[in-house]
Amino acid sequence: MNSIEIRDLVLNFGDVSVLKNLDLDIGEGEFLVLLGASGCGKSTLLNCIAGLLDVSDGQISINGRNVTWDEPKDRGIGMVFQSYALYPQMTVEGNLSFGLKNSGMARDEISRRIASAAATLQIEPLLKRKPAELSGGQRQRVAIGRALVRDVDVFLFDEPLSNLDAKLRAELRVEIKRLHQRLKNTMIYVTHDQIEALTLADRIAIMKGGSIQQLDTPHGIYASPVNKYVAEFIGSPGMNFIDGRLTDDGGPSFQSAESKIDLSRYSFADGGTKQGDASFGIRPEDVASGKDANSMPFTTEVSIDVLEPMGSDTLVWSKLSGHDFCFRVDGQSDLVAGEQVPIGFDPQRASIFDASSELRI
Amino acid sequence: MSITADVIPRGPKPRRVMDPGRIMLYSILFVAAVYYLLPLYVMVMTSMKGLPEIRLGQIFAPPVELTFAPWTKAWDTACTGLYCEGLKVGFWNSVKITIPSVIVSILIASVNGYALANWKFKGSEVFFTILIFGSFIPYQVMLYPLVIITRELGIFGSLTGVIFVHTIFGMPILTLLFRNYFASLPEELFKAARVDGAGFWGVFLKILVPMSTPIFMVAVILQVTGIWNDFLFGVVFAGTQNFPMTVQLNNIVNTTQGVKEYNVNMAATILTGAVPLIIYFLSGKYFVRGIAAGAVKG
Repeated sequence: MNSIEIRDLVLNFGDVSVLKNLDLDIGEGEFLVLLGASGCGKSTLLNCIAGLLDVSDGQISINGRNVTWDEPKDRGIGMVFQSYALYPQMTVEGNLSFGLKNSGMARDEISRRIASAAATLQIEPLLKRKPAELSGGQRQRVAIGRALVRDVDVFLFDEPLSNLDAKLRAELRVEIKRLHQRLKNTMIYVTHDQIEALTLADRIAIMKGGSIQQLDTPHGIYASPVNKYVAEFIGSPGMNFIDGRLTDDGGPSFQSAESKIDLSRYSFADGGTKQGDASFGIRPEDVASGKDANSMPFTTEVSIDVLEPMGSDTLVWSKLSGHDFCFRVDGQSDLVAGEQVPIGFDPQRASIFDASSELRI
Repeated sequence: MSITADVIPRGPKPRRVMDPGRIMLYSILFVAAVYYLLPLYVMVMTSMKGLPEIRLGQIFAPPVELTFAPWTKAWDTACTGLYCEGLKVGFWNSVKITIPSVIVSILIASVNGYALANWKFKGSEVFFTILIFGSFIPYQVMLYPLVIITRELGIFGSLTGVIFVHTIFGMPILTLLFRNYFASLPEELFKAARVDGAGFWGVFLKILVPMSTPIFMVAVILQVTGIWNDFLFGVVFAGTQNFPMTVQLNNIVNTTQGVKEYNVNMAATILTGAVPLIIYFLSGKYFVRGIAAGAVKG
């Protein structure tokens, strides 16, 4: 059974259409990440699921029950916000118990739940403190606790880690994943950080302009993006693109200004014409250089413009067929700018997009 | 002369006690303070002199024969029109007008502001604009319609009437104050409270009000000083039995018959101004915020 089903969801703010006929099914216990640039509608969608925004049209079901017009408290959800949104005048304990008290729960059940959530999140020593006396990481833990005590099936996270510094963010990311593995709740997580999306998600929904571009596993999104937008959005640094033409004389191949790439190993998407203008995309991680390049189906030689050492590896910027071309080499490599290096890649790993529709071919 | 390399400035930056800028600043502040305090000084001195001493015309001289009789007279026996019971009647009338007006207007305006900031409805912005527009219309324009309205409601010339009028005229500025304050609170707090099952009143009373002490303080100060100092509505709507202190002060000071008792007038004026003055001193920082908020009104 699906935990959440969204059908034909439409949301308009005046004349502006924010969500356009959106459909989404989320399985029970699934960790779904809504990923996109700011203004893509991902937080709006989450607010609609939470019941904090009234939808213009469509239907939202949670656990098989139509909740489109239910109050947030009646939807069986818990929500964690970017700014933590802790009630400043209440202690941590007061924050955790506020929702339970509102629902008229018995006192001993409230304290039992708080104790259990506090143990899970290791915030027992903080229960008597006010939010102002907590660090950012502790505050976010309390905010997660507030969702936890509600004992709900669905957790909604609205960019929960964006206010934290990099180190803490990485720590809490692991903790959220651990929490999900233990609780096995359905979780919907909004972020603009692709690392968070790739590391946490069972599936990622990439959004743009109020609709979902691609809904797939992190690997699926990374390895075979459905269009050029998704390909550019995921990956850091982004995918390399070379403009050129597809030809099909004696086997499919890609012809750019300088080189011809044999595409007999590339798996074309169904219905893709193997003719016409196209963009050839290859990820920096899929490019081999130096000695490793020789074993690749396609090889060429480039001259190094700039080196960006990043510790574990080094990014090398060069030019291929007049386009910026980036690839990764080992951090220990002794390349210098201006040097000529052989590079190679396997066209099987590439993504090719139609030049006009920008869809995957 | 050459500077040797091993002389490196270190330690805190030396402080210049006699900075010319500072001297200038404090001189101006001092002169301004003296200038504004001078009338108060004259009032206090005059109020403690007997009439013969006042007639000497030395207004800056301290009293030779110290007397507090003008103060007791102003409070207890000075004649305000027909009655000679002093200002104390007006003081208690002002208290009776101010306290309910402040409470009622703030209660209504805070809920108004909360609804306009957090529960936007169709036309809420238009409603808010109209409300703000109300604060630009001079009071005098609305005086006559309000007289008719209160007369029809049967509350003209009563405490209820004047409280009603003060509540109405407090609405625009107070609603603006509360709306802007509530709008400045993080929206996610409001969302979190809704997910936690708090409704319209739950969010307001349990989440927002406890974190809004500063703005309630500002509103109280704004209203207490404003209503206490009011003359116009008091004289029109309160009725002769309920004239506030300001109206009675006017009646004492502006008597056209007999000797002008400057000492009693001064004492009466200080007594009337004492309440706002005390509030200034007790809540300086909130008061400045109140003025700043009022500045939006234009």
